Amino acid sequence: MDINDLRGFLTAVLLFSFVGLVVWAWSSRRRAEFDASAALPLEEDQHMTTNGQEKN
Amino acid sequence: MRRGKRIRIPTYAYRFGRLLASRLSANVQNQTGVRPLDTAASYNDKVVRQFTIMTVVWGIVGMLVGIIIAAQLMWPALNFDLPFLTYGRLRPLHTNAVIFAFGGSALFATSYYVVQRTCHVRLAFSKLAAFTFWGWQAVIVLAAVTLPLGITQSKEYAELEWPIDLLITVVWVAYAIVFFTTIGKRRIKHIYVANWFYGAFIITVAVLHIFNNLAIPVTLTKSYTIYTGVVDAMMQWWYGHNAVGFFLTAGFLGMMYYFVPKQAGRPVYSYRLSVVHFWSLIAIYMWAGPHHLHYTSLPDWAQTLGMVFSIILLAPSWGGMINGIMTVSGAWHKLRSDPILKFMIVALSFYGMSTFEGPMMSIKTVNALSHYTEWTIGHVHAGALGWVAMMTIGSIYCLLPRLYNRDGMYSTKLIDVHFWTSTIGVVLYAVALWVAGIGEGLMSRAVNSDGTLTYAFIEILASKYPYYGMRLLGGVIFFVGMIIMAYNVWKTISKEKPAPVAVMDPVERSGPDAS
Repeated sequence: MDINDLRGFLTAVLLFSFVGLVVWAWSSRRRAEFDASAALPLEEDQHMTTNGQEKN
Repeated sequence: MRRGKRIRIPTYAYRFGRLLASRLSANVQNQTGVRPLDTAASYNDKVVRQFTIMTVVWGIVGMLVGIIIAAQLMWPALNFDLPFLTYGRLRPLHTNAVIFAFGGSALFATSYYVVQRTCHVRLAFSKLAAFTFWGWQAVIVLAAVTLPLGITQSKEYAELEWPIDLLITVVWVAYAIVFFTTIGKRRIKHIYVANWFYGAFIITVAVLHIFNNLAIPVTLTKSYTIYTGVVDAMMQWWYGHNAVGFFLTAGFLGMMYYFVPKQAGRPVYSYRLSVVHFWSLIAIYMWAGPHHLHYTSLPDWAQTLGMVFSIILLAPSWGGMINGIMTVSGAWHKLRSDPILKFMIVALSFYGMSTFEGPMMSIKTVNALSHYTEWTIGHVHAGALGWVAMMTIGSIYCLLPRLYNRDGMYSTKLIDVHFWTSTIGVVLYAVALWVAGIGEGLMSRAVNSDGTLTYAFIEILASKYPYYGMRLLGGVIFFVGMIIMAYNVWKTISKEKPAPVAVMDPVERSGPDAS
């Protein structure tokens, strides 16, 4: 097999991987997890005072 | 402070140094009955505070060196005929200080903060994390000593000689161990997108650094690269462009994906887009390096490959830009009162602009005009000041009060002043070098009817001279903003005793608006 066959094959694999990634990401089964993850930065810290009690 | 006619500046410098030392070692005392800081129940914020403060310090140092060399371009006598003050030695000091000291410290600080918060777990290996801080500072100090002495590998952005390269490798491996072990022991199933970006940045920079710096040492301060000729050039720009792509882009996109939603108070606009543009970005960036070698002895097919991948790169870059800006959408009214969010939105705008400009400049015919002119430097600074520095500044203003248990920075007004100095500074800088660079490119290629060059080198230089002044002015204005930031940071933290922050338990969420 010519090395160029391998190169062409790899290009096809990468192209289909990209399509697969898009399908995976837009799948409705991912929705709940993604919505929860998208809100992760909004969690606020709970500061403790020096007595070990929570401040906020 | 003592009375009498003592010179005040050294006194302030001394007090600043003492404060810095105390802030860097600040830890909460473990008194009787007090919940200890250094347990699995609380986050390791000490190392985050250390890197955050050093980000501000190195930002000022690095940009000051930038101002000095910008002034030297106007007034060459400013090197005072001292070898260690010459442009050729200070320029790598400037680039290393702003990229690896300022940008690097910001990436360490925010990645350590973000990975703990989004994994709901304390940072792994406190001592190893402390080692990454002191190790990285040692690298920076060694760079600040060796580069002015003229000790260099002569590889752009990889000037540091082999003993320092070895130290960087050790620190970076420690960084990877700390970061990925923390992800490994996370308490939620999902790995947040910011951590994917930080992770890609850590892995790729390790690979780039090791392979570009493979060299044969001759003495303690001199080595020769194992690559020769055009292969050496290709390795160098594979490294160089991916330093832009992973150090200055992927890492800062990680920062963006945490701090923009946080400051806007809104979830990520499209989490799906973040996944798709992450994988596209890291897959495509790897191949863009050859656009630094257009019209050289690099084989033509490799140049074209680099150009094509650079153009494709527009799509994942703008995916990130759009996702960031749309995250703020719906909270536009906050821009009226929140200068931190203004920093972030302008940073994203500059990211979008310079990731359009970059692919355009990588097209061979455009590159024939733009390469080796001031336009390139203008483009780099639109990215480095507009995107990297402004995203860093915004994120630090968001992060710092949280690290010191405060509701906000000492002065919001001063953040606003800083915002305007930064924006005006970077616009002046970029515009000056666009005009100077395009003029330079056009003059360089102009030929008379008999085929001789129309302009002599000195005529082209003279045409750029006023714009060097405008660039210097832009740089000084940006720098003034950094001094204002340092004052604001000082006033925010100097009287604060940081309190431990409890590791948050993972919470069940139902929708995008839950908080």
